[in-house]
Amino acid sequence: MPASRTEHLIGSSTPRKEGRDKVSGRARYIDDLSFPDMLHGATVRSQIPRGKITKINFGPGIAWNEYVIVSAKDIPGKNYIALIENDQPCLADKIVNHPEEPILLLAHPERKALPKAVAAVSIDYEPLPAVFTIEESERKEHIIWGADNIFKSYRIEKGDVESAWTRADYIVEGEYFTGAQEQLYIETQGVIAAFDREKGITVWGSLQCPYYVHKALMALCNLPQEKVRVVQTETGGAFGGKEEYPSMIAAHASLLAMKAGRPVKIIYDRGEDMAATTKRHPSRTRHRTAVSKDGKILGGEIDLVMDGGGYMTLSPVVLSRATIHAGGPYYWPGVRVRAKVIATNTPPHGAFRGFGAPQSLFAMERHMERIARAVGLSSAEVRRRNFLQPGQTTITEQIINEPIDLGKLLDRALKLAGYQEKKKRFVRENASGSQKRGMGIAAFLHGAGFTGSGERYLASVVGVEGCRDGGVKVLVSSTEFGQGTNTVLCQIAAEALGLPYQDVRIAQPDTNEVPNSGPTVASRTAMVVGNLVASAALGLKQTLIGAGMLKDHHTTDEFHAACQAYLAAYGTLRSLAHYQSPEGIYWDDQKYCGEAYAAFAWAVYVAEVAVDLTTYSARVDDFVALQEIGRVLNPVLARGQILGGVAQGIGFALYEKVEWQGGRMANSQMTNYIVPTSADMPGVRVYFEELGNRHGAFGAKGIGELPMDGPAPAVVNAIEDALGIAFDNVPLLPETIFEGVKPTAAASWEREDRAHDRTPARTR
Amino acid sequence: MSTYRGAKREISFTVNGERRTVRAYPIERLLDVLRQQLSLTGTKEGCGEGECGACSVLIDNELVDSCLVPVAQVEGASVVTIEGLAADTRFHALRDTFLECGGAQCGICTPGMILAAIDLLNRKPIPTMEDIREGLSGNLCRCTGYVQILEAVAEAARRTVIR
Repeated sequence: MPASRTEHLIGSSTPRKEGRDKVSGRARYIDDLSFPDMLHGATVRSQIPRGKITKINFGPGIAWNEYVIVSAKDIPGKNYIALIENDQPCLADKIVNHPEEPILLLAHPERKALPKAVAAVSIDYEPLPAVFTIEESERKEHIIWGADNIFKSYRIEKGDVESAWTRADYIVEGEYFTGAQEQLYIETQGVIAAFDREKGITVWGSLQCPYYVHKALMALCNLPQEKVRVVQTETGGAFGGKEEYPSMIAAHASLLAMKAGRPVKIIYDRGEDMAATTKRHPSRTRHRTAVSKDGKILGGEIDLVMDGGGYMTLSPVVLSRATIHAGGPYYWPGVRVRAKVIATNTPPHGAFRGFGAPQSLFAMERHMERIARAVGLSSAEVRRRNFLQPGQTTITEQIINEPIDLGKLLDRALKLAGYQEKKKRFVRENASGSQKRGMGIAAFLHGAGFTGSGERYLASVVGVEGCRDGGVKVLVSSTEFGQGTNTVLCQIAAEALGLPYQDVRIAQPDTNEVPNSGPTVASRTAMVVGNLVASAALGLKQTLIGAGMLKDHHTTDEFHAACQAYLAAYGTLRSLAHYQSPEGIYWDDQKYCGEAYAAFAWAVYVAEVAVDLTTYSARVDDFVALQEIGRVLNPVLARGQILGGVAQGIGFALYEKVEWQGGRMANSQMTNYIVPTSADMPGVRVYFEELGNRHGAFGAKGIGELPMDGPAPAVVNAIEDALGIAFDNVPLLPETIFEGVKPTAAASWEREDRAHDRTPARTR
Repeated sequence: MSTYRGAKREISFTVNGERRTVRAYPIERLLDVLRQQLSLTGTKEGCGEGECGACSVLIDNELVDSCLVPVAQVEGASVVTIEGLAADTRFHALRDTFLECGGAQCGICTPGMILAAIDLLNRKPIPTMEDIREGLSGNLCRCTGYVQILEAVAEAARRTVIR
C-alpha cells in the first residue's frame, strides 16, 4: 500500500460525495433551476383508454395567442420514443391506446396559467373497445396490439418435465397475483430543454439514463448525435421510474423549445406523475409442480403473464428478468417456463427496482409454502431440501460455480430472527386474543447486470482523467439518484490508485463530457461499471509509469506531481476502459439457456408479522434481511440500499394499491396511495455475507434491486403462519384479509388444497 | 394572466431572521413564494397536498407544510427554512449525523426531514426512538426505509445534549 494512505477505502463508509449539499438544501434539482426567458410546458392527455382522435378543440376564455402549441405535426423527425420496438408515439396523432396518452403540448411564460389552458382543450374521439386485464387481453376478443396482444414471450425448457409427473408423489398447483406499484420517488419527473440552431438541443433533467434520452431525441428531432446534449441534474429518487420515462418528457420539452425558440421547463405535479408515468407490471403466475414424498422438486411448469399496458416500452426486458428468476434459488431437474407480456389499455408499465423478479419470486416463494403444506414439511425444511448447490444448474442451465451454502444462510437468518422460539411462542399466544402473530421466510436470488448477452451489446466505456490539482476525475454516464453511485465509484478509483478519497471527483453526467457507461439500472453500476472504473484508473497509472513520471509504489504527493507533470507535457491525461465479456460466458437468446448473469446475490429474509383481528390490518414487527453480496464496498450505503428496498417491499406487500378505473389510476394522490411512513416500519436488521465475485469491482455483486424481491413473500408467508390462511396476492390490504378470515373463505381454501394435491395435503 | 382571483398585494414577514416584503396573490402558496420569489429552493415540493412533508418549514417555531399555507397567512410571522439553520447547533449535529448514518440518499426529502427533526428536538431534547419515529412520521422518504434517518436523529440528539 502507498505510504501516504494506509487505510483501505473499500469496505469503509466514506461519506456520500454529494452529501453536504443534500443535507444543507444546497443541492440543485431540476425544479430549482431557472433560465432567462424560460417558458413552462404542460401536456394535454387523452381522457379515454382507446379510440380515434377526430378533432381537437381550443375552448373559450383562454388567450391562445400567448401559448406555444405543439402537436404531432410539429415533430421534425420520427414520432416515437426510440427504445426497443419504437411503438410508442411521442404525441398521439390519430389513435390513443391508453388514458393519459400525450396528444398536445402547451407552453406559457406563467406556470400558473397552464392548468386552466390544459383543461380548456377538449378532444373529440371515436371510441374503440378497450381491454384492461390480463384475462381480457388473453381472450383476444379485441386485438389492441400486433396480431395477438402479445408484446413478447419466452420459453424455457430444461430437462424432462413429462416424466416428473409420473414419478410425483404430490402435484402441487397454485396461482399468484401481484399488483401494479408506483415508484413514488419524492421528486416528480422534470426537465428543461433549450434549443440553439448551432448547438442543437440540450436537456437537463431528473433521469437515470442520459444516453437513452440522447438516442430518443436524435430520432425525434432528426439531429445528429453531436447536436443533442443530455445532462443529468441532481435526481430526487428514481427506482427505475426514471429509466425510460424521461425520454418522453424530454421529447416534449424539446419540441416546445424548438418551436418557441426559448428554454422550456416541464415539471409534473404529483397527480400527473402518478397517473401518466410507468409502474411495476401487474402479474399472474401459475405453478404446477411435481414433488416427491420427501419434499424434493422433481419438475414443474411455470406460466407467467405480465401486463405491459398500452405500448411495449421495456416490457420484453422486464419479462426476461421475471422469467429467469421464476424458479427461485432452487434446483429444478426439469422445468418448463412459459412467459409472456401482454397489452392492455393502461399507461405502459415499466422499470421498477427488481424489474420483474419481485413478481415471479413472490409466486415461487408462496408456492414453496404450498409445497411444504402438501408434503407436511416445515417452511424451512422444504427450502433446505431444494436449495441450489454449487455445481448444480439454474433453470437456464447456468452452473453455480461459487461456494454458496444456502442451507447455512437459512440457518443463520432463522437464528438471527429467533425463528423457532418465536414460532413456538406464537402458537401458544395466538390461541387467545385478537393479535395473531406469525413468522415468514423468503429465500431468493437476484442476478446482477444485464441479462444474457446484454452487457456485451451495451459495450460500456468508462474514463478516468487527471486533473490540474493532481487528483483524478471519474467519467461515466452512470447516475446518482440516492444509491451512492458517486461515492462508490470514487472509492473504487481511489482504492485502485492508492489515493485519498477526496482526491477523486466524479463528473456530472453530461453526454458532451462523459462516455456511455450504459444505463444506471439492473444493479450493474457498482459491479460492472465499478470494475471498468478500477481498470481505467489502473490504465491511467500505467500511463504515468510508462511516461517515467511515477513509480509503481508511490505517495499521494508523488502521484499529484506525476499527474501535473504529465498534463504540463501532454495537455490531457485520460484513460478509457471498454467492457470485455468474460471468457466462457455462453448465452442462447433463442433457447433462453446459458449464463443469464455474471453474478447472483443470494438472500434469506425473515418477517415477523402481527395481524389485528379487530382492524384486519397486518403490521411487520421485526425483519431480518441476510444476504450474500460478494463484497460490501461501503457498509453504510449498502445497508441503506437494503433498508430502503425492504421498505418498498413491505409497501408492495401491505399498503401500495393502484386502483384502476377504465385503465386509469383512480388514486393518483399520496393521500390515497399509501407508502410506509416511519411509524409503519419495523426495526429492520441487515446482515451481510461476502463470498467475493471475480466479475465485480473488488469482488462486489449488484445489490440495488435484491432487497425488493424478498419482503412481499416473507410478509405474506408470515400472515399465513399467523392465520392459517393462504393469501396469494399482493398488495394484501385489510379488506382482503377480512374476506379471508371469514369462515366461508377458510373452508374454500381447504377445498382448494384438496383439489390441487393428488393426495390430501397434511396441513396444520 | 393567472388563475388566481383578486389582486397581488404586499405581504411582509420574517424569513430566516430577515424582514422581507413580497408582492403576491394572498392565496399563493408560501412554498412558491419561498422558492420562486425568494430563491430559497432548499424547500422542496413532493406532493402539493400536505402528505409528504418535503416542503416543511417552521412558522413561528411550528412545523408546517408550506404547500398548504397561503402566503397571506404568514403576514408578520417568522418563517425558517433549511437555509436559515446555518447558525443552529442542532442543525450542525443533524447535518453531520445524517452524513455519517446514511440519513440522506437522494436528498429530496432531507431538508424537510431535518426541519421535522429540529421541531422534534425543540419539543423533546432527549427523544426516545418511538418519539423520533412518531415525530418524523409526517415526512415521507422513499429511499432509506427511515431506519438510518431515525438513527441520525437519535445520534444528533445525544451529541447536542452532551454539548
